[in-house]
Amino acid sequence: MSLSVDVRHTLGDFRLDVQFDAPDGVTVLFGRSGSGKTSVVNAVAGLLAPSQGRIVVGEQVLFDSAACVSVPVHKRRLGYVFQEGRLFPHLTVRQNLLYARRVSGNRSQDGLERVVDLLGIGTLLNRKPGALSGGEAQRVAIGRALLADPLMLLMDEPLAALDGARKAEILPYLERLRTEAGVPILYVSHNVSEVARLATHVVVMEEGRVLKAGPASALLSDPGMVRVMGVRDAGAVIEARVLRHAADGVTELQFSGGVLCLPEVEADIGSELRVRILAQDVMLAVERPSGISALNILPVEVLSLRRGEGPGVIVQLRAGTNMLLARITRRSADALDLREGSSCFAVLKSVAVAQTDIGLGLQS
Amino acid sequence: MDFLGPEEWQAVALSLKVAFWATLTSLPFGLGVAMLLARGRFPGRQVLNGIVHLPLILPPVVTGYLLLLTFGRRGPVGGVLDQWFGIVLAFRWTGAALAAAIMAFPLMVRAMRLAIEAVDPKLEQAAGTLGASRWKVFVTVTLPLIAPGVIAGAVLAFAKAMGEFGATITFVSNIPGQTRTVPSAIYAFLQVPGGEESAVRLVIVSVTMAMLALLLSEWFARRVARRISGR
Repeated sequence: MSLSVDVRHTLGDFRLDVQFDAPDGVTVLFGRSGSGKTSVVNAVAGLLAPSQGRIVVGEQVLFDSAACVSVPVHKRRLGYVFQEGRLFPHLTVRQNLLYARRVSGNRSQDGLERVVDLLGIGTLLNRKPGALSGGEAQRVAIGRALLADPLMLLMDEPLAALDGARKAEILPYLERLRTEAGVPILYVSHNVSEVARLATHVVVMEEGRVLKAGPASALLSDPGMVRVMGVRDAGAVIEARVLRHAADGVTELQFSGGVLCLPEVEADIGSELRVRILAQDVMLAVERPSGISALNILPVEVLSLRRGEGPGVIVQLRAGTNMLLARITRRSADALDLREGSSCFAVLKSVAVAQTDIGLGLQS
Repeated sequence: MDFLGPEEWQAVALSLKVAFWATLTSLPFGLGVAMLLARGRFPGRQVLNGIVHLPLILPPVVTGYLLLLTFGRRGPVGGVLDQWFGIVLAFRWTGAALAAAIMAFPLMVRAMRLAIEAVDPKLEQAAGTLGASRWKVFVTVTLPLIAPGVIAGAVLAFAKAMGEFGATITFVSNIPGQTRTVPSAIYAFLQVPGGEESAVRLVIVSVTMAMLALLLSEWFARRVARRISGR
């Protein structure tokens, strides 16, 4: 099941002109607020009628301006999770969930239990929405969307209204959704760490247009995207397998470029994790440093150097089959005489990697 | 009831009947107009709003006279009703119900409109994305959320219908047992010597019922806010 979007629309001064395909998995529409992400999702959901274009999910044409096709909202079978939950206040959590199953004509009987388990909302079933925290309400909203048995889930910044702790509470559920729900997800976000945790595919939007689209790992390690992500948020993601939990509290992970040491990670040995390594946390050395506290010293090859407008340089590195980004000053790059193809060492403090930047891998 | 004499009791019973039917039959229209005014975006919305509120501002005798002109046996609507369906409104209790319904309509619409405006259309949108058609959304989301407001409007309209006088007496006169509602009866008792005692008893009934209705209506209106907050 894939989504194909081709939409042109004018809203006052704002012009939307967007084409992209979203394969299975989680496709994140990424961009600043006002870049038109929500308009795109609303067009897919049928809440906004674009002036021109064509939207297809799987085999079903939802919208085609040339053929005058526009399937009404309630017949599109797309689950929409809004930023503010939008639970029905006169119904309990259980009734909210059952409502979705009833109006959608979803016949499966085991659905409720499975969704309740998946999202951990079993204890909330008899509460009214007004008595839920923001994070709980959002989990229920996701459950409600799933129980409508959708062909695809649309999520419009579902975590934007939550604080850091609540976000961290929901992200693992979204990761489980990615692998267990078997429903492709179109996810709107302007938060790079959410992209790094969840995305399998990224569509970067800017001023109503698609700037670039591609697999998440490629886009996040693309020096050209650093400007969009923000220099402080830019960083590559790597997939690694848990090797062992050492007695001193360090977890060792194997990835294609070597062994990565991180402060204790709660994960079973052998499980696949996805780790985001911020470009600004990576140091470079032309010789293997010794007598240094950093635990991770990885041999890498410089793939490219990209000078920004300021004093910084983004260095794209190859470690095994993975790519890393390092952000250093132009002065350092000159002093080390870094060029494309030169070999060096990437140095990373273990504790620099935040727990929230470690998530479930795509394979798990 | 020993408190009321037979004549007084007849007036109270008639008022209850008139108010009941006036409220019940105007309920769907009230809800429709309230929806149009709260959600509709069409030219002439302000005009509709004005027409609905007109009975509140016009002298009731004018409303009653206009009703007589329109729904009287020789009026354009009344004539058709009489000849085609055999329905006569003028000088009948049904006419009293029509007059009461029209006079109470603005109060009913106002209460319902406030309730509808308190409902976030985003909730209805969410129901749509889950697969509910427009009609289903109205029945399963909008209506349950505004239900207390609808009841509040109905209660208020009922109380107003109980007490309607000016338009009623102009349109259907003051016929004992047929169109002599509580206010008409009070008026009639005050015209005859020694009728004051009966009048005072009916006044007490009127004040009590009006007060009860106001309290009840307020209570239901507050329930709207509670429902919408989801606690």
